[in-house]
Amino acid sequence: MFDKYIIDAASVRNTGPSDAPTGFSFETKLGYYRGIGLSMVEDLAVSIDGEALPRAVISFDDGHGALSLDEMETAYDRRWLFGAVATITVARPGGFPAGEHKLALQQRLRVSYLPFPAFNNDEKTVKVA
Amino acid sequence: MSKIKRGVSLYSFQEEMFLGQMSVEDCVSFAASIGATGIEVLPEQNMPSFPHLSDAEVEEWKAMVARHGCHFTAYDMFLDTKLRKDRLMSDDEQVESIVRDLKLCNRLGIRNMRVLVFVRPDILGRCVPYAEELDVHMGVEVHAPWHLEHAWILRTIDEADRLGTKHLGILPDMGIFMKHYPPAFRARFERQGARPEVTRFIVDQHEQKIMAEYTIYEVAVKMQGNKAEVAMAETLRHAPYANPKRLPDYAPYFHHIQAKFYEMNEDCTDPSIAYEDVIDALVGCGWEGTLSSEYEGNRWVQDVQNIDSREQVRRQHVMFERLIAKAEARHAAKDAA
Repeated sequence: MFDKYIIDAASVRNTGPSDAPTGFSFETKLGYYRGIGLSMVEDLAVSIDGEALPRAVISFDDGHGALSLDEMETAYDRRWLFGAVATITVARPGGFPAGEHKLALQQRLRVSYLPFPAFNNDEKTVKVA
Repeated sequence: MSKIKRGVSLYSFQEEMFLGQMSVEDCVSFAASIGATGIEVLPEQNMPSFPHLSDAEVEEWKAMVARHGCHFTAYDMFLDTKLRKDRLMSDDEQVESIVRDLKLCNRLGIRNMRVLVFVRPDILGRCVPYAEELDVHMGVEVHAPWHLEHAWILRTIDEADRLGTKHLGILPDMGIFMKHYPPAFRARFERQGARPEVTRFIVDQHEQKIMAEYTIYEVAVKMQGNKAEVAMAETLRHAPYANPKRLPDYAPYFHHIQAKFYEMNEDCTDPSIAYEDVIDALVGCGWEGTLSSEYEGNRWVQDVQNIDSREQVRRQHVMFERLIAKAEARHAAKDAA
């Protein structure tokens, strides 16, 4: 319902030393009409130009401390609030590749009343200055 | 005079709230400006400290709506049976979660709780003593493709009858009365590549109330429909037209209605949902409760335009006032005759 808004293309930044970036980060919102417990965020799948990045290099921070995706699975008492911005950080030596590239995010949620997982997909063309 | 009251669900303004263009209070203020003074709240959307609201926060929320001359009408609960990856919530945990919501609902001074349609009737039966104690009506959302006389819904009615309680029943979503296929849906599928001759076929099939599976087979197999065309045909599975004349039979079981809509025409008519028949039936049986706007059109048009939920909701309320007056006049004339 909010797919087109879930990647903030203007927020993409390299992380670590500017001459030797260790990765990149970007801001995202939960593509859902309510907030949800972090344990029900099954995956935040990131890809660049169609190439999927490993789950283990992705972390999430809603402003209350960074968690790996595996740690999120048991974060029963933390909620990702409706409309709230969170930061996804990707460990990737060299940071975001130079020039224009397609950054894609798929949020996979375990929504109890649905018989299947819910997917939110967005893809934005990004250039990191 | 009918006893139907007008209100809005905060769900209606999800686009603007998600984008940070409207606060909850902006939505309440707008609702007040169109005389829709009943506010349906989704605590998990609108209340950041959910589920741990302090007494002071509860008082702030009540004071905020009161400041605008509004009041809360309904509380939309959720039940995270899949909270854990390794197992479903146990029955005891489900009851505990629902009782948590009943208590917060009561603290907020709200007497109607919208229960998700997938919640089991026997679990709700176990919650009835708490609902009675807290004086909160648990209304199972009758949401398309379920409908008033779907066997799953009748199980909740049976459970309420078995227990002899007035605190368990239903809460109909007007999406079950889709008389005409929404033009906004059709236009979106055409933008995604559906051919106009195929979308016309699907709309005609829906207009004739041909069962969805026939149309899906025609489009997917015989017409070799593309992805957008098959997806559009598949929406028919969720586009039932239930009979509004059955509403009076079930009126004792509901006090609140989610007035779902996908778009309003500029002349304040709904091209899809059979509100004229619905409101006539409600007025005719003397139903007392709130018609609570639930605008769900943003997702169908946000690819091509900015969303103006306020204007959409405003138009729906112009329609409500017109249809309520019309139904009152018709029934008054009938009674006089």
